Amino acid sequence: MEKQATRDAYGKALVELGRKYGDVVVLDADLSKSTKTADFAKVFPDRFINAGVAEQNMMGMAAGLAASGKVPFASSFAIFATGRAFEIVRNSLAYANLNVKICATHAGLTVGEDGGSHQSVEDLAIMRCVPNITVVAPADGVSTRQAVAAVYHHPGPVYLRLGRPAVPVIYDESLSFRIGRGIVLRAGKDATLIGCGIMVAKCLEAADRLRAEGIDVSVVDMHTIKPIDRDLIARKAHETGAILTVEEHSVLGGLGGAVCEVVCEQFPVPVMRMGINDQFGQSGTPDDLLEYYGLSVAMIMANTRILLSKK
Amino acid sequence: MREITESTIHAVETKARSLRRHIISMLGEAGSGHSGGSLSAADIVACLYFWEMNVDPHEPHKPDRDRFVLSKGHAAPVLYAALAEKGFFPVIELDSLRKLGSRLQGHPDMNKLSGVEASTGSLGQGISWAVGMALAERMNGPDRYRIYALLGDGEIEEGLVWEALMAAAHYKLDNLTAFLDHNRLQIDGPIAEVMSPEPVADKFRAFGWETLVIDGHDISQIMQALELARSTTGRPTAIIADTVKGKGCSFMENKAEWHGTAPNREQTIQALEELEVSPQRA
Repeated sequence: MEKQATRDAYGKALVELGRKYGDVVVLDADLSKSTKTADFAKVFPDRFINAGVAEQNMMGMAAGLAASGKVPFASSFAIFATGRAFEIVRNSLAYANLNVKICATHAGLTVGEDGGSHQSVEDLAIMRCVPNITVVAPADGVSTRQAVAAVYHHPGPVYLRLGRPAVPVIYDESLSFRIGRGIVLRAGKDATLIGCGIMVAKCLEAADRLRAEGIDVSVVDMHTIKPIDRDLIARKAHETGAILTVEEHSVLGGLGGAVCEVVCEQFPVPVMRMGINDQFGQSGTPDDLLEYYGLSVAMIMANTRILLSKK
Repeated sequence: MREITESTIHAVETKARSLRRHIISMLGEAGSGHSGGSLSAADIVACLYFWEMNVDPHEPHKPDRDRFVLSKGHAAPVLYAALAEKGFFPVIELDSLRKLGSRLQGHPDMNKLSGVEASTGSLGQGISWAVGMALAERMNGPDRYRIYALLGDGEIEEGLVWEALMAAAHYKLDNLTAFLDHNRLQIDGPIAEVMSPEPVADKFRAFGWETLVIDGHDISQIMQALELARSTTGRPTAIIADTVKGKGCSFMENKAEWHGTAPNREQTIQALEELEVSPQRA
């Protein structure tokens, strides 16, 4: 199976974008080799700004660049982009409603060995509650490439959540990525698995294995966390009668929280949320960490069976 | 307009007095807001808008306009006064300051009011915007323009300020000039007691900025400093302006309690009388 890290796809997409549009400017905070903005820096050195280890100033400078007509893409690890720089993101980017794209890599547990201090499990929740910010978490390399282009054309501040490890490529070039529109990848009738980011591939694998057991589930790639696709969630609640959300993020306030808000208000059915249970991560390999914190194909299957018993 | 003559100095002094009158009037009308730091910056802002900067209220978004960022965004009244005097909006609208639905928010909002270049108010962020704007100016060519920022001396206690200063020197942004409104008072008292950033000039120099120290109420000195900033190449210029908090209003001068307080009706009348009869340099 072909694999690609979403950060790698981001680096390549930025270069493509830079070739097409002269107003694209990229900022980083001394992590360009890891976030892959170094690809852009190499081709367009005059449009790349290294802020050094100063994420707050990176966001402030991005504001000034956007106010001057540029379309800045500001990158760092998710923990620093949304945590360290939060109030600058809130006031200088979101409150001013500037056209800045916050593209954070190394989100979630799969940062791996660096440990809990560097594993952002709360960034979706933080970004989701700030007015004006659109929140996107693509599932694979192909959708990341399209997401980067979509984000460029989407006016206003956007948070794009990307990951460190190589993950299965689940789309081909026929994909038509649209911000705010979830993608139905499997159409089953017994329940719906709604995932985002790197958990979508695991949802697909779980769905295929559940089918062998005679359980027929839908799978949705809910790549846009805000504005979330309310119509699709309500439709799937109605059609399948049960929803399991899966995210590499806290169960509080992210994808699961957003889905619950919609289901409660529009079509109440049993929901289970899989994610990180209100705790911090630790050092380990990405695969070991996902297994340890219960974000495995086996756990998705087990929770689906429990969910079905609640219908 | 950019010559330094008795007549240009006098013209800016007259404008500064008008700005102070507007500040007192609008704060009196609003019933809340930041008096002291608006008054201390009035001469600097008057000099920028009525002598130094290329801005046009009839073409507020022209690409080659100079940009002013009020990093100490709580001094919004002085910015609003200058924009109104310049013709960006009717002077009468100053009375809407801080009221529901007003374009004149408690802190400047670029999306509401034409002429405001940056939404500031959370301290330390404006100077960071200004650095980004200066970087953009470099890329934007061939239009040439300059970027100005105004910092408070309490504001520079924010760590972000020093990140921004470091970046401005690193990227050799000689198109950027930052004023420090050095009035030596912050909300809780003298900066020397609360959290001293002194010696400020040494710190700016150590961060790679061409650094000038002037009397921030002497229009001639402000003009000369701006001339020096224009002729400086390879690094940004900091103008440390020694000022008096509450300048021009006898009962507010050098009093920290006037940081975030507006005058009541009697105080407003008294302040306006003082600004009517006495030139601000007296």
